[in-house]
Amino acid sequence: MSAQELTYVFVGATFLLYLGIAFLSKSSSTKEFYIAGGHVNPIANGAATAADWMSAASFLSMAGIIAFEGADGARYLMGWTGGYVLLALLFAPYLRKFGKFTVPDFVGDRYYSQTARLVAVVCVIFISFTYVAGQMRGVGIVFSRFLEVEINTGVVIGMAIVFFYSVLGGMKGITYTQVAQYCVLIFAYLVPAIFISIIMTGNPLPMFGLGSAVEGGSGTYLLDKLDGLTAELGMKAFTQSNKTVVDMFFITAALMAGTAGLPHVIVRFFTVPRVRDARISAAYALVFIALLYTTAPAVAAFARINIIETIDNVSYSQLPQWFKRWENAGLIAWMDKNHDGVVQYRGGNALVPNKPMYSQERGLSGERLLLNERSTDENELYIDRDIIVLAHPEVAQLPNWVVALVAAGGLAAALSTAAGLLLVISAAISHDLLKKTLMPGISESRELFFARLAAGVAVLVAGLFGIYPPGFVAEVVAFAFGLAAATFFPVIFLGIFYKKMNKEAAISGMLTGLIFTFGYIIYFKFVNPSANNLSHWWFGISPEGIGALGMVFNFIVALTVSRYSPAPPLEIQTLVDNIRVPNINR
Amino acid sequence: MKEGVSDTYWKANIRLVLVLLAVWFVVSFLLGIVFVDYLNEYRFFGYKLGFWFSTQGAIYVFVILVFVYSGCMNSLDKKFGLEED
Repeated sequence: MSAQELTYVFVGATFLLYLGIAFLSKSSSTKEFYIAGGHVNPIANGAATAADWMSAASFLSMAGIIAFEGADGARYLMGWTGGYVLLALLFAPYLRKFGKFTVPDFVGDRYYSQTARLVAVVCVIFISFTYVAGQMRGVGIVFSRFLEVEINTGVVIGMAIVFFYSVLGGMKGITYTQVAQYCVLIFAYLVPAIFISIIMTGNPLPMFGLGSAVEGGSGTYLLDKLDGLTAELGMKAFTQSNKTVVDMFFITAALMAGTAGLPHVIVRFFTVPRVRDARISAAYALVFIALLYTTAPAVAAFARINIIETIDNVSYSQLPQWFKRWENAGLIAWMDKNHDGVVQYRGGNALVPNKPMYSQERGLSGERLLLNERSTDENELYIDRDIIVLAHPEVAQLPNWVVALVAAGGLAAALSTAAGLLLVISAAISHDLLKKTLMPGISESRELFFARLAAGVAVLVAGLFGIYPPGFVAEVVAFAFGLAAATFFPVIFLGIFYKKMNKEAAISGMLTGLIFTFGYIIYFKFVNPSANNLSHWWFGISPEGIGALGMVFNFIVALTVSRYSPAPPLEIQTLVDNIRVPNINR
Repeated sequence: MKEGVSDTYWKANIRLVLVLLAVWFVVSFLLGIVFVDYLNEYRFFGYKLGFWFSTQGAIYVFVILVFVYSGCMNSLDKKFGLEED
């Protein structure tokens, strides 16, 4: 069978599986809808957390970013796993002991304030929507490339599936589909990586293959070969970092604290039965995540070598089919600067502006002509980073079923994260906004109805984001982490570890972090983008890492304010005592 | 009486978390970022050592840390008689 037919089979079979699971685990109470009844097995919760967490960005984009940025990509590897250590040690057990439904619940109760709860609701909705838009784009890319349907049709199919199992199943349905989705996505990520690792290094484990010598008896280490290739072509060496130490430090810190503060991840720890389960469940989640994260740099290095070797110095007419398919999909572009009909892949950007704008015509060799200006660099090639994971099985000439498997894996990653985010949005609206604020008297069945309605509306809005992607989505997603770091992290941390922390301190701290981080990002990204470089940044910190500084300001303001304002009421101090100890409820 | 037990328990908990977070900080921020160029002078199989820490080693240590935490906290719970049923 062709890769396309196989993709239909794999994607169809996995979708049927998700729908079947959702049908069997329908929610019938708000407790089941929000937190799956609170009795999910810790290992299952670990797998669900991993699928919830690993989005289209982890599955599709991360290895691509590392392939092109090399050592700088380590900020994502360390940031997105190191954040789990913070989550496991500082948050998960205590929030489980607290035992409510949502993150705004914790903020609202701990700080005995509806204002604090509302600020938290707004942050949750903002963070979740920016995130979900990226997932829908991922769904669109996979559908358009592999099933050759319109991107919009792909988004609509994705929406229909998510709608069915999140609206019907709630957290209970989502949890068990996420377990299945984790299995699909990790299998789809590891199989091609193992194949390619064996072909290139003879070592079946990609994480060790990356540190091995290349096949063929020359004894050259793979990474040395890649550093040599990149240097030869005038590119930055793969294992060399381009960012300053200060910037790497702050970006990694912002990603870590942001990960720990992301509401859709935190809420997963409300679903296990006991505090002890929350601790071990966080540990399992990290193992499941680490499996993909330690493989990603290997995938990146293998793909970079393969792409250089199969494309550079090859005439356009001799290029493999995958090149032309991705060119037709608008994610690869070639500008024949020296009119020799041969692809020169070198350092620097090929085009000005960097993203290709195609004209309707074809050039002398049959390539799609571009409206972009040429850059001063010799490089003639543009490759979108998001295609690396999807394209590399074809680049390495793996069997068709592996190509199809990767498509199903990418969809599993995007759909599982989208569903988790939609549930958080729906709970923030039906539980925190309606039940706890606007309509305190509503019955459970009415609340459940509103939860389903909110989930349905959220799916539609997310779909619209996928069909009409706002141009700034990619910029904003990285900042969701900065904002989570600068707002939620200090408030939750101090709420647990500092008994005297009061509502004045929490609100002023959150506002400081929010306004500072938001202002800095808006200034450099939208108001004055030409100044967005090292010489204008404060202390050399890029907008991507500024959330870590915002977090520091949040801590300073919160601790100062709490010294000069009254201690929280006694029952709040008792609440803090209670969440600190697994089996005591005073 | 109960008051005293949970205070000692909490102090032991904080001590454990501080030790584990110190390790977390060293492997990621120090070995993976601050001293990465210095460590890259050394090799670890086919890896430069600093590159290995920032793309592999730190993650392995993170996994060990969360399991150690879970195990140690469970025994702390038992020692202070605070474990759940």
